Formats: sequence, C-alpha cells, structure tokens
Amino acid sequence: MNAISPTLAKMHGRKVTVHYGSKQALFDVDLDVPERMVTALIGPSGCGKSTFLRCLNRMNDVIDGCKVGGEITLDGQDIYDTKLDVVMLRARIGMVFQKPNPFPKSIYDNVAYGPRIHGMASTKGELDEIVRASLEKAGLWKEVKERLDQPGTGLSGGQQQRLCIARAIAVSPEVILMDEPCSALDPIATAKIEELIDELRENFTIVIVTHSMQQAARVSQKTAFFHLGQLIEWGDTEQIFTSPKDERTQGYITGRFG
Amino acid sequence: MMPQKAPDHIVKSFDDELRKLREQILAMGGRAEAQFADAINALAKRDSDKAVRVIESDKGIDAIEMLVAQDSLKILALRQPMAKDLREVVAAIKISSDIERIGDYAKNIAKRTLQLNQQAPLKPTGSIPRMGDLAIKLINSVLSAYANDDAEGLIAAWRSDESIDEMYNSLFRELLTYMMEDPRNIGASTHLLFIAKNIERIGDHATNIAETVHFLVHGKPIDETRPKGDTTNVAING
Repeated sequence: MNAISPTLAKMHGRKVTVHYGSKQALFDVDLDVPERMVTALIGPSGCGKSTFLRCLNRMNDVIDGCKVGGEITLDGQDIYDTKLDVVMLRARIGMVFQKPNPFPKSIYDNVAYGPRIHGMASTKGELDEIVRASLEKAGLWKEVKERLDQPGTGLSGGQQQRLCIARAIAVSPEVILMDEPCSALDPIATAKIEELIDELRENFTIVIVTHSMQQAARVSQKTAFFHLGQLIEWGDTEQIFTSPKDERTQGYITGRFG
Repeated sequence: MMPQKAPDHIVKSFDDELRKLREQILAMGGRAEAQFADAINALAKRDSDKAVRVIESDKGIDAIEMLVAQDSLKILALRQPMAKDLREVVAAIKISSDIERIGDYAKNIAKRTLQLNQQAPLKPTGSIPRMGDLAIKLINSVLSAYANDDAEGLIAAWRSDESIDEMYNSLFRELLTYMMEDPRNIGASTHLLFIAKNIERIGDHATNIAETVHFLVHGKPIDETRPKGDTTNVAING
C-alpha cells in the first residue's frame, strides 16, 4: 500500500477491523487521511466504506455488538484510548449524514447548539458571530439571515444539508466526515455542496463516502476503493480514475460489477 | 497489469458502443493503410489511374473520422467513462486523427505521382517504395496491437520508425546530389523529396498511434525517449 509519510496525515488507520456480532465487516484496513484534503471512500454497497468512516469518530460505539480492532489515531493520538472523552473527540471530528437531519429548532439554534454545549461563546454577541461565520462558510448566510428564528426543518433539502454542514463546522472541528451528503439532493443543490466541500478543504480535513463515481472524481484528491470489507486500492484520485492498478477497482468504476 | 479482456459492462449497450468505436478505427486504419500502399504502388509502377483512385478515396477516411468524433463525444457526454473506458475513448479520438493525417499524406503522394508521371523517371523512385514498405509494416503492427489490445512488441515497432528516418536522411542526400548534378532534375527531385518527407511523417503518426495504444493498454506512457533520426535540418549545412 502506498502509505504517505506520517507527518502529512491527519488521521491514521492501522489494521482496522470491525465485527458486527460474528460478522466481520472490515479486514485489516490501513488507510491514512491526509490533512486539508478530501479523501473519498468508494465501493459497492456493503463494502465497508461507511463502517470505516464511522470508525473515525467512534460512531460505531453506539451500535450493539460492534467491535473495532486495530488502531486509529488523530494527530498521533489513539482515538480508542479509554481515557479519551468521546464527546470532545466528536467536536474535533464532525459528521454530516446522508439525509439532512436538522434539529426541530430554529435555524439559529441549530448552529448555536454545539458552541453552547461546548461553552465556546461567553456572550450573545460571540455566539451570534459564530452562527454568522458558520452559516457563511456553509454558503447559507445570504439565504437565511432574515429568518434565523424560523425552524431549520422548513428549509429546502439542499439548504437543510448546508445547515447541517454549518452546524458541524460551528464547533470548529478539524475533520469533517460526510456520509453520502448529496444522495438526497437535486443536481443544483449537489453542485452547491460540492463547491462548498472544495472551499472547506482550505481549513478542514474531509472524508466523504459517496456512491457517485463522478462526485468522488470531482471533489476528492485521494480516493480509496473498498470491496468486501477490504481496502483494495488507495491513491491520487486522478490515478484511480484514469489508470487504477487493481482490476477490481477498474471493474467497479467502469460499471462492470458492484 | 490489466486483464486483456475485461468482463462486460452491466449496461450492455455501453459495450456495443465501445466495440463499434474500435471497429470504426480499425476500418479507418485499414483503409488508410491500403490507400498508402496503393499510393506507393502507383508511384513505383507509374500508374496514374491508381493515383487518381487514391486521391478520390481519401474522402472515405475523412468521413469515418467525423463519425468517430461524433460517437466519442456522445460516449463522453452520456456514459461519463472512467479508467480504461475513458482511455479507450480518448485513444479513439487521437488515433483517428493520426490515421486521418496518414490518409492525407497518402493522397499527397498520389498527387505528386501524377506530376512525376509527366516526366522522365528518376532513379531514387526505386528506394522510396522500400521506405514506404517499412512505414506500411509499422502502421500494420500498431493497428494489430490496437485491435488485440496488446502492447507486446509495440515498443519494437515504435523503434522501427528510426529506420524510416534514416532512410529519409540518405534519400535526402541522394536527391540533393541529383539536383546539383543537373538542374533539370530539380522538379522531379523536389516531388520525390516531398514524397519521402510524407512517408517520414506517416512513420511519425504511426509511432504516435503506438504511444497511444501503449497508454490505452497500460495506463501510462512509454517511458523511453522517442526515436528521432531526422537529421536533415543539419545535413543541408554539412
């Protein structure tokens, strides 16, 4: 595997295995997530890509019978260390899900929720500023600044997803995990999210799971191909999509199986 | 290394489209090769009728190139091909334009043959067919490599372009001598010189095709410097 040098990687996965009960879902995955880049995880349904993504901020902890093995580090620190505060970890590694899931609260409160519970603002003015900056970074500010008190659930699907991204970045995470963030969106809303991902790359490290080859090709710099719980191939996105080394990668991205 | 024969796509019509693209290129290549061989033959035999047929048949090659361009564009727009499929379409576009140029050069040779046939034969007319045969063999081997999706032996063919370049260099010197010997030879010699240059260019387009086929099969360029034997730019002074 063409592992990159440790200094460049924000997160490291070494021999990561996952069992759901007796079923093994991931087999010895070695994958590095380079800093301030977009890493796309692709592969057919059930290949383990979402499972791997969820290992990165310990979302699998909440699933009964799920056992994670191997080592995953963030800036060299083991994230499965028992002394580690999982809530703090998830503040550093945010997540955006497949279906937009705003809280049944106002647009303002959706974004302010994280900073409030983490005590990131001491005055109303500071909190207002965090909310404004997050909505701006998520490319939503202009559309919602006049109606911050209205429910987040009243926005369109694409706006809701950008609200969820604003909510994720409000707590200043270092890494953002995205699990098929555009699968419920139309092409225009998808393009806006993709443009946003490209802008966010300046400040954040992003890992995205996507079923759309074109999307992976468009937004990512590194692509990892999973198949049957194994990491088959990992490399520069351009190389994966023009001349993949493994014939299983070739077969999947050209639509021959999967 | 990639398997020589990839399994079919889940969407069958995509396979049909890619197959059709390859067939068009091969048909086009076959025509250009035959046309070029006919042009050389017309020159050697001083056969003006054949030369005229070569000139007329170039339209057929141009028409196939248009079809390849349209079909490639359609595949890019509708299928958004990836990996080998993407290289397949890009290769089709590049190879068809090289073949189209080969056809043009064959046509030009035929046109010059018509001119030459008005004049007394000149001796080097004999060594041009040998040079032509080398170029025909080169075209043939790069097209078979493309047809079989097989880059084995391609590098040997790719290197053989050097011999064509060398023959061109010696022909160039030979024709210069003829022109210096007797100014009445200048007209015919110039035509022969252009014909030799056309063949040399045909060899270059064939090596381009070899490089494209290598990229198509292996996903990376041939990692050697391209053979370059044309030294006539300095010969004129030396």
